[in-house]
Amino acid sequence: MKLRLQMLFGVLLAGLLAAPFLLTRGAKAPRSLEPSPGVVARYGFRLQEVAHSSGVDFRHQAPTLDPRLNNIMPLIASMGAGVAVADFDRDGWQDFYVTNSGEGTNNALYRNLGNGKFQDVAAALGVAAVNERSTGVSMGAVWGDFDNDGYEDLFVFKWGRPELFRNDAGKRFVCVSDHAGFPGWVNANTAIWLDYDRDGLLDLFLGGYYDESLNLWQLSTTRIMPESFEYARNGGRKYLLRNLGEGRFEDVTARTGLLTRRWALAVAAADLRGTGYPDLVIANDYGVAEFFANVSDGRGGRMFREIGARTKIGAQPKSGMNVAFGDIRNDGSLAIYVSNITEPAVLVQGNNLWVPKVGSGAEDLTYENVANVMGVENGGWSFGAQFGDLNNDGLVDLFLTNGNVSGAREKSYWYPYSEIAGANTAIISDAKNWPAMQEASLSGYQQKRVWLNRGGEEFLEVAPLVGVTETYDGRAVAQADLWNRGALDVLVANQKAPLLLYRNEAKPDHRWIQFELEGTRSNRSAIGASVVLFWDGKQQRQEVLGGCGFCAQNQRRLHFGLGTASQVEKVMIRWPSGQSQTVTAPAVGQLHRIKEPA
Amino acid sequence: MSSLEEVERSTDRVDRRATHADRAPRPVTGMGAPFAAFSVRKLVPDPRYYAPLFITGVLLAAHLSVGLLESPWQTGLAIVTSLVTELILGRLYFGKWPHLASAYVSGISVGILVRSSYYWPFALCAAISIASKYVFRIRDRHLWNPSNFGIAALLLVAHAMPHGDAEWMSTLSVQFGNSVGPMVVIWMLGSFIVSRLRRFHICATYVVSFFAFALLRALITGKSFESQYAPITGPMYQLFTFFMITDPKTTVRTQKGQMLVAFLVAAMEAVLRLAQNIHAPYFALFTVGPVANGVEIWLDARRARRKQGLQP
Repeated sequence: MKLRLQMLFGVLLAGLLAAPFLLTRGAKAPRSLEPSPGVVARYGFRLQEVAHSSGVDFRHQAPTLDPRLNNIMPLIASMGAGVAVADFDRDGWQDFYVTNSGEGTNNALYRNLGNGKFQDVAAALGVAAVNERSTGVSMGAVWGDFDNDGYEDLFVFKWGRPELFRNDAGKRFVCVSDHAGFPGWVNANTAIWLDYDRDGLLDLFLGGYYDESLNLWQLSTTRIMPESFEYARNGGRKYLLRNLGEGRFEDVTARTGLLTRRWALAVAAADLRGTGYPDLVIANDYGVAEFFANVSDGRGGRMFREIGARTKIGAQPKSGMNVAFGDIRNDGSLAIYVSNITEPAVLVQGNNLWVPKVGSGAEDLTYENVANVMGVENGGWSFGAQFGDLNNDGLVDLFLTNGNVSGAREKSYWYPYSEIAGANTAIISDAKNWPAMQEASLSGYQQKRVWLNRGGEEFLEVAPLVGVTETYDGRAVAQADLWNRGALDVLVANQKAPLLLYRNEAKPDHRWIQFELEGTRSNRSAIGASVVLFWDGKQQRQEVLGGCGFCAQNQRRLHFGLGTASQVEKVMIRWPSGQSQTVTAPAVGQLHRIKEPA
Repeated sequence: MSSLEEVERSTDRVDRRATHADRAPRPVTGMGAPFAAFSVRKLVPDPRYYAPLFITGVLLAAHLSVGLLESPWQTGLAIVTSLVTELILGRLYFGKWPHLASAYVSGISVGILVRSSYYWPFALCAAISIASKYVFRIRDRHLWNPSNFGIAALLLVAHAMPHGDAEWMSTLSVQFGNSVGPMVVIWMLGSFIVSRLRRFHICATYVVSFFAFALLRALITGKSFESQYAPITGPMYQLFTFFMITDPKTTVRTQKGQMLVAFLVAAMEAVLRLAQNIHAPYFALFTVGPVANGVEIWLDARRARRKQGLQP
């Protein structure tokens, strides 16, 4: 009798072991290496990689750091490919700046010639040669009009000396770092422009990764690594640099409560609590994400209070590498997308898509992670991601790049990585203890993700179907309408690989509208302005950002897809100064340049 | 950690010089029997509850301090599934309601050790863990530590799937950090409990063996010794050392035999680590445990036959 029962239970056990094969069937979209012929009709757009034919031949190079890091050099020197978009010469065409990280290499500023071609003018305008062993190498850049002269200025953050270039009427750039009051050396991997106190001047947030006392080319110690894989607090410090005007900045980090030493990889700022002031979200490697609420300091100024755990986004330590905001359900609230690591059967952190809980407000704001139910959780070793309506159907989609280190295909660093990740602080924090990486891969050669928003309920992965098939080690993603056609094109900066430019062929019967804002009482870049578009019974909120994603910045111009709607009811703008403005029935299919009422 | 309930059962065995028959789940009669043992009066003095209490305490402390669990509901699902599976299979198999302490610890172990953003892997792993106890039995003694079997089996299934389809499961990645504090706490608590259970010699054998094999691996691979012994310095490994290795189901009855099994687990782990297997500890237990048990069962049977043969 018992033997029969055992056999019966054995059948049950076999069924249970087979269950994963059934439960994971059909969970993925059909994949194809070639875009489908009817892809535009089916998904509303397709992407074609046109960098070379557009005159963009940029290849990122990694730095060569202190030889004492040779055992894990590919892992350490695995960042630095960044891209930031702006119309720096105000000719109406979006340009972009790309960072390089090899010592002696040049960064590139691609000027949009308006004829489908781009020309690198970085050297001619003085923003190319910024990567030197003595002053460090670039990790990324962000544009912002810090002097309110109407021209976007350029801030380059580095593992090294931060550099600020004042834009001289789009004709040249002047390095003004020396008198800006910046720190001498920061091992930074993220920075954004924001006007945290709404005084009309753009301030700068700069996030350190490695401790700022370290010169990674001349180390006095190899104890430079995180003290923990999940709870590290020995990273670089953060800087909030308040713009005093006339090119001077004041370090107000301590005064504003931004005393964190987590390993920051991405930051973005937006008014997430409905206070009119920008809050900060920081994605940290080796730890929890942080949510800094912008609150009154009781003395007429502003400061930040960390409420990450309370809001839930800071409850779980992961490997945060991206922060992007998007109104994914067209309900006027901004979801937060934080990318992490997923390596099948090895490490499943999963990316997070945080949406505000219904009913929670400024004082009790809480989020829930819907990445799994909406299908945007597994992005591999994820880096940069950006929301944008790629098919102009009226819902923001999500483009994610990924892949950490693509070395020898048959050699994986995952096992040695797992050895050190669980080790005691004394061992993990010392680079000399990390097993040699040699030419091994660590989550390399990964397929990118293009997630199509389906009715605000779920996302469908269509990357290979719409033409995204490359597998470089992606870092930064930026979206911009580079051809002024009412479609969002995509730039992807890859580590030790070419910059990619995807031209978007969006469905022609889908309408769109764009807004370019110019502050008067507010900062002239209008960074922090919140725009809500109402059309066809729907609404969508976007905010002008001074950098978001991973080492990236989208175009400052706001792009809304409208689906087949032929008219817009109104657009409501809340300027950073606090002033509100409503524009009724703006025409669709065109760019609207709106100046803040004086 | 999944072995904690077995550790407790083994205490009974050591103290009472139990026979093999005691290794089987202890049936309790009556509908209320599965829960009767949770009375407050019995809870404190009964050593069978050391393990459930300890692992619950570790779980709560870890979750409240460092947010160990991404979703308490997933852990809850694993516990409930484990209990329900035990009730059904135990009732069918023994004809009586089984004691639930063992299933509770298996469920909580699955809840801690499995990582997934889905719910179903937690339920599935718990069900597989409990079912394995009833399927792989010889002489009314199950061969595998339940949750070790469940986790190892699902990892094997995941590895058998196409790479991109296996993102539904991994094992614990969020740990108790890498600082000394939690490690000291676990060492103190672990030493106390394991000493009470008279199994500290197993831990000592395993630790010494691990370091010896780490040195050997360092010599073979040319990697630094530090990187090779690094895993054992993490707090999660302390739990493995104190509570998984001491599992009676992966060890044997005699002290020398237990030390030999601990050594063999370390040896198998070293082999798996040389093969760059990320889940080496799980698979080392998975392979050595049933073999050791099988050998002991065979030896016992042979001894019994001889004894019977000698009797007039």
